[in-house]
Amino acid sequence: MKPTYMRFIRPLIAILVIYLVLLIGPIASLDFPNIYASIKANPVQLIQFLIIGLANGAIVAIIALGYTMVYGIIELINFAHGDVYMIGVFTALTTLSLTGSLTTTDPGHIAIGIFVALLVAIAFTAALNAAIERLAYRRLRNAPRLAPLISAIGMSFIVENIGLIWAAQSWLVPSFGTTGGGAQKEFPDLLSRIFVSLGWDPNLLASTGWGLRFTVKDLLVIVLAGVLMIGLRLFIQNTRLGKAMRATAQNRDAAKMLGIDIDRVITATFLIGGGLAGAAGLMAGLYNNNAWWFMGFRAGLQSFTAAVLGGIGNITGAMLGGFLIGLLAAFSDGYLNARWTNMWVFATLVLILLFRPTGLLGEQVGQKA
Amino acid sequence: MSKRLFALMAVLVVASMVLAACGGGGGGGATLKIVSSLPMTGASLTQTQTIVNAMQLRLEQAGGKACGGKYTVVYEAWDDASAALGKWDPAVETENANKAAADPTIVAYLGTFNSGAAALSIPILNQAGPLAMISPANTYPGLTHAAEGLTADNEPGVYYPTGTRNYARVAATDDLQGSVIANLMVDLGIQTLYILDDQEVYGKGVADSVNQAATAKGITVIAQEGYDPKAADYKALMTKISTSNAGGPPDAIFLGAVVDNNSAQVVKDKVAIMGDNDTVKFIGPDGLYTAALIEGGGAAAEGVYATTPGLALKDLGEKGLQFRADYEAKFGPLTEPYAVLGYDAMSAALKAIEDVCAAGGDPTDRAAVNAAVFAIKDFDGALGTWSFDANGDITLPYYLAGHIEGGKFVEFGTFTP
Repeated sequence: MKPTYMRFIRPLIAILVIYLVLLIGPIASLDFPNIYASIKANPVQLIQFLIIGLANGAIVAIIALGYTMVYGIIELINFAHGDVYMIGVFTALTTLSLTGSLTTTDPGHIAIGIFVALLVAIAFTAALNAAIERLAYRRLRNAPRLAPLISAIGMSFIVENIGLIWAAQSWLVPSFGTTGGGAQKEFPDLLSRIFVSLGWDPNLLASTGWGLRFTVKDLLVIVLAGVLMIGLRLFIQNTRLGKAMRATAQNRDAAKMLGIDIDRVITATFLIGGGLAGAAGLMAGLYNNNAWWFMGFRAGLQSFTAAVLGGIGNITGAMLGGFLIGLLAAFSDGYLNARWTNMWVFATLVLILLFRPTGLLGEQVGQKA
Repeated sequence: MSKRLFALMAVLVVASMVLAACGGGGGGGATLKIVSSLPMTGASLTQTQTIVNAMQLRLEQAGGKACGGKYTVVYEAWDDASAALGKWDPAVETENANKAAADPTIVAYLGTFNSGAAALSIPILNQAGPLAMISPANTYPGLTHAAEGLTADNEPGVYYPTGTRNYARVAATDDLQGSVIANLMVDLGIQTLYILDDQEVYGKGVADSVNQAATAKGITVIAQEGYDPKAADYKALMTKISTSNAGGPPDAIFLGAVVDNNSAQVVKDKVAIMGDNDTVKFIGPDGLYTAALIEGGGAAAEGVYATTPGLALKDLGEKGLQFRADYEAKFGPLTEPYAVLGYDAMSAALKAIEDVCAAGGDPTDRAAVNAAVFAIKDFDGALGTWSFDANGDITLPYYLAGHIEGGKFVEFGTFTP
């Protein structure tokens, strides 16, 4: 039973937050007449921001799936997850380099290279994520909640440093150069290269003359995110392993009593989450053309926020949260001042959680013992 | 503990004490230590490694001795970055400064690379003797002098609690860099400009000063905006900028940032939305004058302009050319102009020690060495003939502009404020 004063506290905080937002608004150039004027002057740009937001949101969303699955099943914020995604970027880049796809202009060669890189990245990050679980989380499963959390932060640092060392290995990828592992590395724009060498325009809307950019890269990330989400949902709903996962998430002890092998289910969850991070890594590399040992940190933070925003443990919610964050960031960058973009993203999170603590699509679940 | 074990321990302790005494007695003359504190984890390593190499080279040329062989001078290169941040870390820099303050053999602290780091260590070292600090790279003006609109009201006094100055630098400052970059822009025929900054002391400082100087030279600054240095991409921001100049793109974008702050991604998204760097020019300060920008930016970095303190290597004088030849003989091709500044920073420290000896003083006395640093006048260094003024600033405010062509910086020319 909630104490009665709780009923007043939440709206009170909400009013306080709204007040603060209005206070900061003019500084953060939340100037509505001005925004209206720029939309009116260039309405096509609104659609452009929508495309950019959706594509960025798609990558966040796929990483968020890994967070939400793991949290749903063992209630652990797997801080290393964002860094597993970063390793996915480097695995993909290295595979592309070893298959010679980075230097060729033959569209068939590049396409096969990308496909191989996708498989290798998924396999490698899935194995890495499962290994992290086996090494750092399994023995702490019945320890107080804080212990695996600290262990996860530790793993995050370890994986980041692996990325730092990896990015210095120019014998693997010659374009890593001589500046060491700390610097950002180029991830060539292979999708556009395929289109250019086939004589097509990478911008799919170029012939419309609207001045919009919707490139093959944008299309790929949005479609792939949709396919992965639907596939994952069907898997969770319909397969035997998926059912075992849901059972474990609901009540681990009861699931065990019914003969479900908990360790196997949890390993499978980490394998799938890691594999998704690997796929997201390849997509982000192809989309943003950048590989950086530190990129997992912010991606992880945003994805976790997306998972919480959508309702932690809820797969559709994680996707929704991801797209929402992508769109918010794009519109803030586009119409407000980029300096304040993070504030808008997290203020939205605070507001939504105040009114819906379970997230947008989260269901009220009974507190576990 | 058994008696036998205790006896063994006692013998070991006595033996180690005897050995330590021998070591101290055998060396002959005292040891003076010079340390550098520079970020050696992360993207800045490309630049800092050449600085450390140059300092090492300078000390080797002095034979590792000072005052006619009376003192042995040793040099240690400390790292003020952490792997967790991937760039300079406030906690590590503070720790370095405290470590230096506590070690009485240290007579000069060569650093820092980042102005934000210097703001932390100057006050600590100021109360430790004061221990002289010579930076090869800091360009934020507020560390040594006030500059209108760029520095806070309490700067630079806030950094010197004892009232004595103990910080000098061989790099020219940002208040000058702003007008140097504005001169470069006028040279390139730029009329409209959009400014981005990484929201740090250095990045915003230099962006503010470019804003001021460009406006003064008749260039229209459309807006100055901060960007999130950890964002995944900047396509939305660049889309906005592409129509910010009455529906079209500006003539140029200036990025006030260090390369660690996702600069390669900013360049990439700029090129993706607005085309190559000849159509809409992309200009950066010394923080972007590094091979790390080229390797991270790939083809998108082609055509970027950046300035950096120092002479263009092609404009080096006789001493500078000699340094370059010596450096290349030992470490291979020299591409980072910061090395020259590192070399002269070490030269200044060694000269101060020699000057104290020549005046009959004691070079282990930090205050005396510090006073000698500030007394350096008309010094014949690799940069040319220069002095430190009363604020600790170098009197040769040379900047060189580079242009990325064919995957490397090509010297575009030397500019002055």
